Amino acid sequence: MLDLSEIKIIEHDVLVVGAGGAGLSAAIEASAQGASTGIVMKSLLGKAHTVMAEGGMAAALANVDERDHWKIHFRDTMRGGKFLNDWRMAELHAKMAPDRVRLLEEWGAVFDRTKNGLINQRNFGGHRYPRLAHVGDRTGLEMIRTLQDHGIHQGIQAYMECTALDLLKNEDGSVCGIVCMWRETGAFTIFKAKSIIFATGGGGKAWEVTSNSWEYTGDGYALAYEAGAELMDMEFNQFHPTGMIWPLSVKGILVTESVRGEGGLLLNSKGERFMFNYIPDRFKSETAETEEEAAKWLAGDPNAKRPPELLTRDVVARAINEEVKAGRGSKHGGAYLNIATQRSAEDIKKKLPSMYHQFKVLAELDITKEPMEVGPTCHYFMGGIKVDSNTTMTAVPGLFACGECAAGLHGANRLGGNSLSDLLVFGYLSGKNAAEYAKKTGHSDFDKEHASKIIRSATSILNREKGENPYLLHEQLEGTMQKYVGIIRTKDDLEAGIQELDKLKEASKNVKAKGASQFNPGWHEALALRNLLIVSEAVAKAALIREESRGAHTRADFPGEQADWLKYNIVISKGDNEKMLLSKLERSHPDSELERIAKSTIEDLEQEVQQERTNMNS
Amino acid sequence: MSKRKFRIYRGEQEHGELVNYETEVKEGMVVLDVIHKIQAETANDLAIRWNCKAGKCGSCSVEINGKPKLSCMTRMNEYSEDETITVTPLKTFPVIKDLVTDVSWNYTQNERIKPLKLAPAAKTEKGYVMYQKDVDRVQEFRKCIECYLCQNVCHILRDHDKKDEFIGPRFMIRVAGLEMHPLDIEDRIPELKEDYGSGMCNITRCCTTVCPEHINITDNGIIPLKERVVDRYYDPLTILWRKFFGRKKKKLPPIKK
Repeated sequence: MLDLSEIKIIEHDVLVVGAGGAGLSAAIEASAQGASTGIVMKSLLGKAHTVMAEGGMAAALANVDERDHWKIHFRDTMRGGKFLNDWRMAELHAKMAPDRVRLLEEWGAVFDRTKNGLINQRNFGGHRYPRLAHVGDRTGLEMIRTLQDHGIHQGIQAYMECTALDLLKNEDGSVCGIVCMWRETGAFTIFKAKSIIFATGGGGKAWEVTSNSWEYTGDGYALAYEAGAELMDMEFNQFHPTGMIWPLSVKGILVTESVRGEGGLLLNSKGERFMFNYIPDRFKSETAETEEEAAKWLAGDPNAKRPPELLTRDVVARAINEEVKAGRGSKHGGAYLNIATQRSAEDIKKKLPSMYHQFKVLAELDITKEPMEVGPTCHYFMGGIKVDSNTTMTAVPGLFACGECAAGLHGANRLGGNSLSDLLVFGYLSGKNAAEYAKKTGHSDFDKEHASKIIRSATSILNREKGENPYLLHEQLEGTMQKYVGIIRTKDDLEAGIQELDKLKEASKNVKAKGASQFNPGWHEALALRNLLIVSEAVAKAALIREESRGAHTRADFPGEQADWLKYNIVISKGDNEKMLLSKLERSHPDSELERIAKSTIEDLEQEVQQERTNMNS
Repeated sequence: MSKRKFRIYRGEQEHGELVNYETEVKEGMVVLDVIHKIQAETANDLAIRWNCKAGKCGSCSVEINGKPKLSCMTRMNEYSEDETITVTPLKTFPVIKDLVTDVSWNYTQNERIKPLKLAPAAKTEKGYVMYQKDVDRVQEFRKCIECYLCQNVCHILRDHDKKDEFIGPRFMIRVAGLEMHPLDIEDRIPELKEDYGSGMCNITRCCTTVCPEHINITDNGIIPLKERVVDRYYDPLTILWRKFFGRKKKKLPPIKK
């Protein structure tokens, strides 16, 4: 056993891991509850992935279209998620989002305004009404900066550039601490905490074409899995339909859905608006069938049907994929996205300033004059750590999860804009419940043997004489996932992918990072490999089991949704001998009232909501 | 595709040197891509911060041929093929390793700034009422991605190292964003003069020049703040007026029902 006396131990009631929108929201609430709160992050404060969110946060504020209501937001979310969402989470989200967005304004966020001086809202895929509170196309920056500037005055301790390696548990199996490494020095530290919140985001860095940064290595999934928590819905990986595809060096970088929300058209090489050919039955009655009808909507007719470009992300991503396969792709193998013909140059620069800038600099293209070229890019994990719908606690007592790293809210496909509001709502709930849990528990001793093992396994990467290059292993992993576990999946591909992953897992045991422990990106990359591999295996194996196509999970050998599969979630946990266990978990029956709302026709629900309002006013 | 030459700073604050590298550069690559390529091929432990790779997070600030830039937004075709490109860390902050500097001083400056305080009366059941024309200028300041390129070129911080006297352009516009928030009722003018060092800036506009978000830091942020300080402390008419009529309250926009 290592001598741990040299290692600094830091104590908090609540420790949050991850400082994006969810982590900061959780830390602010935990601190407000009186808990001594620390927040650990891999990057500097204010740089987390949330900063890259562009379009907005969905909340039924009803500032732009007064017909909006939590029930309709809830219905949209369930339909977008193909009814596989956790019903209670979708209900909480839709009900609580408006207040959380207004609170963000109170903390300093300066949203774009309506003519009446209220928070402005924009259209987005799958949302019935203009619903996304936004600031141009830099809403994520506004969110993270607001939470950061508010958070630094709330007595929260921020630990920057600190990587979490593994959780520590006490004798009863509750979480009691976590081993971390300071990136700057390479020194280790142990945080002791009564409860721990994971807000670690997703794992999109397992794919080659991705909108995710180096941070997205699925740390939360892997650490929770290793500690005995369950993962759920891991087969649902959202491929955002519009990533940049040219030049190659920027392939995958996100092009916000707001381009379509502001009226942008998707065209194939023949100049056809191909989305008209891909409208799913479920959305036929609410989607425009002709260009004339779609034009009416853009002109602001509240009763016009929505253009098909604003169908949910899973549908649009598959459509682009199909067009390219049929030989109707753009010059560099994607689709054309044109806003230049739809809005004035001045409008585009005002509403989509960072898109204008991004294309101008990185692709030398003026989006006010020319169409962009776009294609699907790995973007988001709907699945993640399985949590209790009300408290966000995982199967490991004292361990909570929120934001992208938690499963449930989004089901089989997430609607754009529901992520930022997810961070606010479930970050808050995690913070509140973790603080309450901490009040009822004390600090407990961790297993020193286990802590030593975690540290030794990290340092062995530096100490071994020779071994595999971590960058090359990561590249191979990305290639494997891209090729075998991509947007369209088959049994053969998935099985081949799993075999490749096994080989990579073996090779990764002998990974070697050159150089010393101080700020060594090679070492950091090697440490993340274990997590990426666990996540990749979970995704591939869950995808193999789910023999249907639903939302973001598409099986070419099992096309279409299967009614029977709606009854199950795939749940993953760690078994004996390092074996990954997968099982079909039968879903509980939904609350009948929620089921009624989600399955109502839009006309009936609109009428019901209006009736409710009339009754309230009289 | 062609082989290009680079010189990259390797080492720490006290011990460091420019090391030569060569690598193939493909169409469309930015300087950060090249650094990543060198990292994967030959220098596994070469340290640089980065996140979004799209100019949104402000992590990858470095000096390229002596000019402060975001390495993710600097295209290789801005330089001629035979030019050796030199990449060094931000000069104003101590080097931790290679291209990574210790920017923690900036975080402590932010904590010194009095937070937003909204007029309670402005709250309605639909949230706060503010008009687009009143928030336009605040939104300009809020575009800041905290890349600290402005802090890096500010000669008060860079050449004179007066970090204890001036919070720097980044935090001047942070203050401007609060002071010009249409519903804020906090008073930060005394701190601007005494603690934040608004008088130190002599308007050379270097900060504005390097801002990747094109925020008009000097003209729209710093100068108006300087004027507010001057109005309060140095304008004899205002001082006289205040003696008789008391301090002017911030005017809030009317609430429309």
